[in-house]
Amino acid sequence: MGSGRFLTRERKLALARFFRNWPAVFGLTVIVAIVFTALFAPMLAPYDPEEQFFDGLSLTGMPLPPNDTYLLGTDLLGRDLLSRIIYGARVSLVIGVVANGVALLIGILLGTIAGYFQGRLGLVIMRFTDLMMAFPALLLAIALAAILRPSMWIVAMVIAMVNWVQIARVVYSQVLSLRRRDFIQAATALGARTGRILFRHIMPHLIPTVVVWGTLGIATTVLLEATLSYLGVGVQPPTPSWGGIINESQSYFIDAPWLIIFPGLAILLMSLSFNLVGDALRDAIDPERSGSNV
Amino acid sequence: MFRYILRRLIQAALVLVGVSVITFLLSYALPADPARMIAGRSATPETVEKIRHELGLDRPLPVQYFNYAWGLLHGDMGRSYVQKTEVTTLLKSRLPATIQLAVAGILFELILALPLGIIAALRKGKLTDQLTMVFAFFGVSAPQFALGLILLYFFGYRLSLVPLGGYGTLKHIILPGLTIGITGAGWYARVMRSSMLEVLSQQYIRTAKAKGVSKWAVVTKHALRNAILPIIAMIGLDIGIFMSGVVVVESVFAWPGIGQMAWQAIQLVDIPVIMGVVTVAAVAIVIGNLLADLVYPFLDPRIEYR
Amino acid sequence: MKRVVATVVLAVALIMSLALSAAASGGNVVVSFKSDVSTLDPAIGYDWQNWSIIKSIFNGLMDYVPGTTKLRTKLAKSYEISPDGLTYTFHLRDDVVFHNGRKVVASDVKYSLERVLNPETQSPGLGFYLGIKGAKAFSEGEAEEVSGIKVIDDHTIQFVLNEPNAAFLHILALNFSFVVPKEEVEKYGKDFGHHPVGTGAFRLKEWVLGQRLVLERNPDYFIPNRPQVDQITFLIGIEPTVALLKLQRGEVDILGDGIPPARFVQVMKDPKLSKLVEQGEQIQTGYVTLNTRVKPLDNKKVRQALNMAINKERICLMINNRAVPANQVLPPLMPGYDTEFSGYPYDPEKAKALLAEAGYSNGFSTVLYCSNVDPNPRIAQAIQQDLAAIGVNVEIKALAPSTVIQAGGTEGGAPMLWSGGMAWIADYPDPNNFYWPILASASATSGGWNWAWYSNPELDALAAKADTMVAPEEQEERLELWKKIYRQVMEDAPWIPIFHEKRFTMHSERLTGPEGIFVDPIHIPVNYEEVQIR
Repeated sequence: MGSGRFLTRERKLALARFFRNWPAVFGLTVIVAIVFTALFAPMLAPYDPEEQFFDGLSLTGMPLPPNDTYLLGTDLLGRDLLSRIIYGARVSLVIGVVANGVALLIGILLGTIAGYFQGRLGLVIMRFTDLMMAFPALLLAIALAAILRPSMWIVAMVIAMVNWVQIARVVYSQVLSLRRRDFIQAATALGARTGRILFRHIMPHLIPTVVVWGTLGIATTVLLEATLSYLGVGVQPPTPSWGGIINESQSYFIDAPWLIIFPGLAILLMSLSFNLVGDALRDAIDPERSGSNV
Repeated sequence: MFRYILRRLIQAALVLVGVSVITFLLSYALPADPARMIAGRSATPETVEKIRHELGLDRPLPVQYFNYAWGLLHGDMGRSYVQKTEVTTLLKSRLPATIQLAVAGILFELILALPLGIIAALRKGKLTDQLTMVFAFFGVSAPQFALGLILLYFFGYRLSLVPLGGYGTLKHIILPGLTIGITGAGWYARVMRSSMLEVLSQQYIRTAKAKGVSKWAVVTKHALRNAILPIIAMIGLDIGIFMSGVVVVESVFAWPGIGQMAWQAIQLVDIPVIMGVVTVAAVAIVIGNLLADLVYPFLDPRIEYR
Repeated sequence: MKRVVATVVLAVALIMSLALSAAASGGNVVVSFKSDVSTLDPAIGYDWQNWSIIKSIFNGLMDYVPGTTKLRTKLAKSYEISPDGLTYTFHLRDDVVFHNGRKVVASDVKYSLERVLNPETQSPGLGFYLGIKGAKAFSEGEAEEVSGIKVIDDHTIQFVLNEPNAAFLHILALNFSFVVPKEEVEKYGKDFGHHPVGTGAFRLKEWVLGQRLVLERNPDYFIPNRPQVDQITFLIGIEPTVALLKLQRGEVDILGDGIPPARFVQVMKDPKLSKLVEQGEQIQTGYVTLNTRVKPLDNKKVRQALNMAINKERICLMINNRAVPANQVLPPLMPGYDTEFSGYPYDPEKAKALLAEAGYSNGFSTVLYCSNVDPNPRIAQAIQQDLAAIGVNVEIKALAPSTVIQAGGTEGGAPMLWSGGMAWIADYPDPNNFYWPILASASATSGGWNWAWYSNPELDALAAKADTMVAPEEQEERLELWKKIYRQVMEDAPWIPIFHEKRFTMHSERLTGPEGIFVDPIHIPVNYEEVQIR
């Protein structure tokens, strides 16, 4: 590592290991499919996800079960569930990527600062992560969402504010151990500037962490977004969100289980895929820790 | 050793002080006026002002915080704006339900996770191993609220095996416990697998095997006993995740614990209750982490106290 | 001889009580609730759930004839109103005792009202009683007592008002004015709400927080043959869906939270179940406020156009027809409801034309606030779709109810607001209750409930005039005046009235009672005092 070429021999080997892992390949396929769905939602969705069809409700005002017109049935407003789930992929994906990206950024920044400079600043940062760890994450997210009035971007920021902590701690311990390594000590002794050391010598070693957390983190983020929307403090209606669909329909779960099962499966599938891929990436990058946790 | 414990205790106390400050600031920032909520819809602005004064909400922020912290130190968390009851009374009446749910959830987690982890370890690299681990991931990837509702639909409504939510008997606790169990078991199974692998690779196990002790006996007598140690520590570290889970699971199953109370309080901006629940949760998390930290070195003598 | 009589009386009483308990077959009525009952302090309790429970433990001077909105005396035997409408004199019954055995006297009434007016009590009812002379000074700490509440003797009490108020008798039927014993209030302090001691038909037997609340009959109750059952048990923490199953199994007598909306259609389809449902009306209106101080809703034509754009029938269908479309402010059960008024028709074409006239032929964008509790976000989305059809682009903010109320009470905070989940359920059945708190200029203030920020000084003056019409022979004229006021409100269109929710009370087969008590407009879910076991 550390050389200019991106695909080093080591990384090629890692890729090979990754593709030998069938659950990971399955996960990757699903992710590609979800991205495709999100991108081409307007072409794939049979209807406008926000249109409330007059024939989408029964005469007593009940949603319709899956049928020929509405393949996955309709929701409580007579909208096509399939179209809403297809468009919901966009929300999940965007929030997943954005929220997790911001969390990574904050986590790496603070983790590196704390680990490299240590001292008082580092201490403050790490004690602050202790503090954040002591908060029940979901309650914190709900409170933040309530204060900030939910919208898609706010939800993403709220999730980022809750999720950066673990990343910061992982990065911190890595930077800490890197600092003690010979090549850094040597560079420092040779009078290299701090910025150069950070970007040339430390950051490249963090890439595997970024890749693994960038993937695994999305799984967590997707679940958290769905949970916030389920609790009614997430993405605002009528924007279709998988958690939001379940929130609107939960009291009807006995008479309209399809409104719970299909969006529930969508969330499961997305989160599962990112978990499988992220886990395989971790194993591939660091085979010795294969199967171990965290 | 003693100094290490002391230092960790002081750290924990500082974290709790920090938590109380942040909780206080957050609840202060909530976009609703408690005085107005109490005063109701027929109140004149003067009435609202008077109630605000009665609540001490017109005092400077540091004074309010000091009053709050002073009360907290004396076990006084204030009075619910909505229920008009002492928050401590409310917490006392609801904590047992949450603790029961916690115990049930952890039991289910272990019941599911230990066999999975052991099987995966014994079949390392084989298809069984992979399938087990994919299965473990299924659990941790499932949204708790959807899983809970679907379990309710099949086992509660279609099969009528268990009640449709609520509290009281052992039957009531099965589904909420299972929901927490399924969604948490994945991590435990993976930890179990790796710590089992580690133990299995050690000298004394190989010796035992060489002596002709059966594989099953090796697993149960030696390996399991050592491999379970990290699991115990992990339970302590897991309390934070669990505390988030109870908010969702309790609201799905109408389980009268503190999670449900927290959610209702947030909806009504019942600030003393919100702060009470967060404080209790934070204390639980800190104690859990503390115990994990303190217990772990006992379990694994290779770790030194720093 | 005396002793013989006493023995006979005792024997008869014994036999009667035996007979009673046999007939009552245990005499325990079980009511299910999801949420815990909050305080039972009459000065403080102000939600639909504790409202009727408090009514069965405490009493005030006035009350309503069960099942109706007709006033009658309760703790008072009789009353007189001075011709100028400023002085009310009440004669108390002399046979009323608190649950602790002490007799109720006039000074208890005064004490109870002063307690409400004392800001330390934090009573949400304070504002109702500020019309009594000297009440304001007392609540501001400038007077030791309320000069307008005079204890004439142990059985006579007099109220002097600043101005005549036609709704004053209703205000004395509100829970806040209910009589509490000073010694018990002082004994329990802030916890009085959990150790209620009153004069009512029931007294508290047991309260296990989060699990159950048990009331038992008050043997010393001053109304003969009431209550009709020995005990009422409120089971707490029961989900409505579970409660329905329990009712079918005979474990619950009354669904406190009503029929779960998701099961409503199934219940009404099943003849065995639907016969257990009693249908009635509620004094309730669900409405969208159109903020008259926010562009372009400050334009009357725009507000009228929006009124014509909403398909209220479909919204009612969406909530399984558990409501009827509304065309005016007042609900049908309220005196003053205008049966000849038809409101704005559903006519999107005309709405578009009106918008164009107002200069918005291309529509506009605005924001609609609503509670995040089902079904309100759904109703908001239906409104959103209807408005989209006339080119009005609405962004929905579905937030915690408290946050929505906060936005509504902030000037310019909420352009449009769907009131569902926070909707105006009347405090008392008088048309002025829908005007002063939610439509009057005075309530268009920060933290007020006039979310449309509607202000029409002419109507304020008319409403004030209506309030002075106290004499019985003026009542007809007074209601006509109110109809005029509300017609003008609808002309100004600060609201889109959407629907009036109906009442559906489901109870077990063994329960019965006088006409209308299961859909009593004052008591939700039922009038506990009147309920009987077959």
